[in-house]
Amino acid sequence: MQTTVSNREFTAALSDPEKATPEGIRGPDRKKSAKRFDIYRNNVIYGLIEALGDIFPAVERLVGENFFRDMARLYIRANPPDSPLLFRYGKAMPDFLATFEPVAHLSYLPDIARIELAWLDAFHAADRSCFSAADLAAAPESQLDDLRLTPHPATRVIRSRSAAVSIFSATRSGASLSEIDPTAPEDGLVTRPGHDVQIRRLPPGAATFLQSLIDGARLADAAEAAGLEYAEFDLPAAIRAMLEAGAFNKRGQET
Amino acid sequence: MPNAPRSIQSSNGGAAVPPRAGAGLKPAHVEAILSDSYRIGFLEVHAENYMGDGGPPHRALGAIRDNFPLSVHGVGLSIGSEGGLDGTHIARLKKVVDRYEPGLVSEHLAWSTHDNSYYNDLLPVPYDEATLSRVCSHIEHVQEVLGRQILLENPSTYVRYEQSTISETDFIRQIAVRTGCGLLLDINNVFVSATNHHYEPLAYLEDFPLGMVQEIHLAGHAPDVDDEGDLILIDSHDRPVDDRVWGLYETVIARTGPIPTLIEWDTDIPEWPVLRKEAMMADRILDVHAGTDSSSRRRAALG
Repeated sequence: MQTTVSNREFTAALSDPEKATPEGIRGPDRKKSAKRFDIYRNNVIYGLIEALGDIFPAVERLVGENFFRDMARLYIRANPPDSPLLFRYGKAMPDFLATFEPVAHLSYLPDIARIELAWLDAFHAADRSCFSAADLAAAPESQLDDLRLTPHPATRVIRSRSAAVSIFSATRSGASLSEIDPTAPEDGLVTRPGHDVQIRRLPPGAATFLQSLIDGARLADAAEAAGLEYAEFDLPAAIRAMLEAGAFNKRGQET
Repeated sequence: MPNAPRSIQSSNGGAAVPPRAGAGLKPAHVEAILSDSYRIGFLEVHAENYMGDGGPPHRALGAIRDNFPLSVHGVGLSIGSEGGLDGTHIARLKKVVDRYEPGLVSEHLAWSTHDNSYYNDLLPVPYDEATLSRVCSHIEHVQEVLGRQILLENPSTYVRYEQSTISETDFIRQIAVRTGCGLLLDINNVFVSATNHHYEPLAYLEDFPLGMVQEIHLAGHAPDVDDEGDLILIDSHDRPVDDRVWGLYETVIARTGPIPTLIEWDTDIPEWPVLRKEAMMADRILDVHAGTDSSSRRRAALG
């Protein structure tokens, strides 16, 4: 009777380089199979490190490629993917970075990872038209206070206690970080108005205004919430940013 | 669906994939492919890359599909799994297939998912009766949901299971006969596995049911060494097709007549002209063997 190897035994050894190759897995002519089995281990880990590098290019540039690859190995061990859709992998990276001691001095890093996840969500989001300035002009003025909007599927609001939006943009474009004060809090807006994903910084209060609208609030209530947070909230500027960015899809709420 | 009815085999929807060279589609090549005066025979995509809702990937693939026949190649169904298939993932594949109506749809004789973890590689299956009947029922299920025939690809492997009782070629033949699926013959995989398991690639091809092959894959491989310091080949898809693989390819095409042939290049991806050169090489070999009655040859090969 030959030794049989179950998927469970195969994957237990696959995930743990300390474990021996399962009995019953061989090379030809009953050759040993340790290095042969390592090829599968390497394929799995190498492919996932590449996938994480594709998802988090700014994080990778900020910490350096070698450090990123070592860190990615630890992340993969702790958070193996649960789906063959690798563009949805890495959701736990912000929390991982927030507790990973060697990057504790880069306090903005978890938010950079959050922005990269939002960016990728926006990249793959469904195609919809954008609620435009003309659409807004077509709404009767008497109904503006009660206006509710359906968000565009790509839209994500970013709120950071650091200058994550500026650091993200500079890092992805290869620009210098020297002019950026990393401790200055920033809000940002990720959208996909045409074909390509965009990110912009938001003026004070605008993040609350937009997030309230996304959550289904009336325009008047969203503006009030923003005004409570920031007394000099500039409603016209926030609306301009919202229309330029194509943050919403249409009037009314999708049920 | 034992002995799949002809209706399943012929209801393949979209534009037929011609018996010419094709290339694995990479986002960086889309513009160059669309504007190239060399019109490649078809493009093939990994289904999983187009399982998002929208955005640039679908825009690019839509433009490709408007201009070229398409083949959809799944890498995540885990057809060889001990557990059942993931119905959600089959539904995702169906959505891609319904949207783009590819001429061919294919998957691997391998597994990659166990207990809700995804292992991001094509892991080998044991060739025994239990696995054979499980793989057959998985393929029947996928073909039923998709409402069309799929092609199954022979694997590249580095190890074997002691529990295997059936040869790989017999295993694959029986799957095709029982389920009515077609076959995707990856000749680089044949060469890699033959080297790794010390058999002759030509002997494998002698045993392979060539009459059921509807697509061929060609790719590059990388040399390494095993525990005893002997040569082992890695199915790396990171370089041009090896001359010995071209030789095997010509042998197969001489026997079967022209078959759609894909050049795969997935790591260290070069500029489009490098990939195009590989495709043109396959086209030349296909041209040499065109104009002969391939259908009678394929019947003979099936014989």
